[in-house]
Amino acid sequence: MIRPSLPRWVLVPAGAAVLFLAVPLLAMLVRVPWVALPTLLASPAAVDALWLSLRTCALTTVLSVVLGLPLALVLSRSRGRWAVVGRTLATVPMVLPPVVAGLALLVALGRRAPLGGWLAAHGVDLAFTTGAVVVAQTFVAMPYLVVAVEGALRSASDEYGVAAATLGAGPTTVLRRVTLPLVAPAVASGAALAFARALGEFGATLTFAGSLQGTTRTLPLEIYLQREVDTDTAIALSVVLIVLAAVLVAGTARFTKRPWSET
Amino acid sequence: MKKFAALVALLVVGACSATQPPAGPAPTTQLVVFAAASLNTTFASLGTQFEAAHPGVKVTFSFDGSAALVDQLKAGAPADVFASADKANMDKATSAGLMAGAPSLFTTNVLTLIVPAGNPAKITGLDASLDGKKLVVCADGVPCGTATKKLAGLLGVTLKPVSEETKVTDVRTKVESGQADAGIVYVTDAKASGDKVKTIAISGADKVRNDYVIGATKDSKQAALAAAFIELVKGPDGQKVLAAAGFGA
Repeated sequence: MIRPSLPRWVLVPAGAAVLFLAVPLLAMLVRVPWVALPTLLASPAAVDALWLSLRTCALTTVLSVVLGLPLALVLSRSRGRWAVVGRTLATVPMVLPPVVAGLALLVALGRRAPLGGWLAAHGVDLAFTTGAVVVAQTFVAMPYLVVAVEGALRSASDEYGVAAATLGAGPTTVLRRVTLPLVAPAVASGAALAFARALGEFGATLTFAGSLQGTTRTLPLEIYLQREVDTDTAIALSVVLIVLAAVLVAGTARFTKRPWSET
Repeated sequence: MKKFAALVALLVVGACSATQPPAGPAPTTQLVVFAAASLNTTFASLGTQFEAAHPGVKVTFSFDGSAALVDQLKAGAPADVFASADKANMDKATSAGLMAGAPSLFTTNVLTLIVPAGNPAKITGLDASLDGKKLVVCADGVPCGTATKKLAGLLGVTLKPVSEETKVTDVRTKVESGQADAGIVYVTDAKASGDKVKTIAISGADKVRNDYVIGATKDSKQAALAAAFIELVKGPDGQKVLAAAGFGA
């Protein structure tokens, strides 16, 4: 593909943008107590927080795919007013301040809320459980998967699917053999983004799930606590979070590269 | 209403001073006060009093956790007065050479048990009634959590909280919303919650007191005003406002 060349001056603001984003992260790396790092990260509280974060984020990603992929499929075929409503509902949690997400979950699923009370009466008491962490994370992370997959579905060509249907394939077969393989890279990148977003989830978890070591205190909550107690530990844990996020986002970039479009 | 009255008083004072011979408004001097989050309402009202008594002075507050405030001071944030919710954080500021002279004690706060209005879980105190119930406390390491742990130790009770929060206000809101069955907070928080919570006094709570200390910073360019503000807080007017909010109980 041939592209017109950019004017050189664009490099100046672009360079400023890179510095603006990179300097705080690099400053963090300079400030890290490297020598004490292994000890700080090996503390039971840190290990528990990391392990809890990885477990809940994995579960959140699975839930996001299981529920979000079908939603993206339906939205990509929808037109008109209800499609707008559905799309808005599916993306609003992305831009909500996390505390607002937490409050929303609390008034819906809290012990005193109608739905939460009904669940509790049927033996599902979410309050202060690891389940509440997963609910909070899924609420804010699933939209990332929905948006990524829906975008890919809309830009993907329908002709293969139509051809398969003409040749006698049923809807499920077309979905399984044609549509899903076409958008598989988008599903993978959407899942990675959802995982990364869940990893950083803080406000909704704090408001809705609480904070107890090994049960609800994920990595961001442990950092928030350590900031009050011991800044060095907070920075050490932050670096872990930055590295994990960078790996996930870099991985996403790999998935979204489409070999057939690079001619 | 009180604030409104104070504002009216301030406007009246301002109007009076404007009619005095040296025409034109006096240049505004700013006094920056860093104070522990729990001092929010009391210090705001003392700030209004202070401005009324010192025309041309504007008191600006920054309320946050004491540890966060020390971090900001260390990073060079400009403040004239620092009021900490505990000695430990003030000691950090003093040993970093941030304070002018020795800070002084100005009030205390003690812990109490709170339950949601109506006490749905039928809690009676720090006893067997808490078994299997959802108790929320502050995390060990933050001032209210350290105090809670110390008090539980002194009283010989073992607490089994479902959540250990970083901020005492997070404990309070979880009890107010009924998400938790009980919580341990400061008396002042219980008072601020009004009738959203029921307070169950912990007998022996006064064995663990949180000492609130205040001092002027070394870099303050308003040393005289800073000293005057500290005098107001420690004086009868300041103590009256603090006592009304539950401090020094």
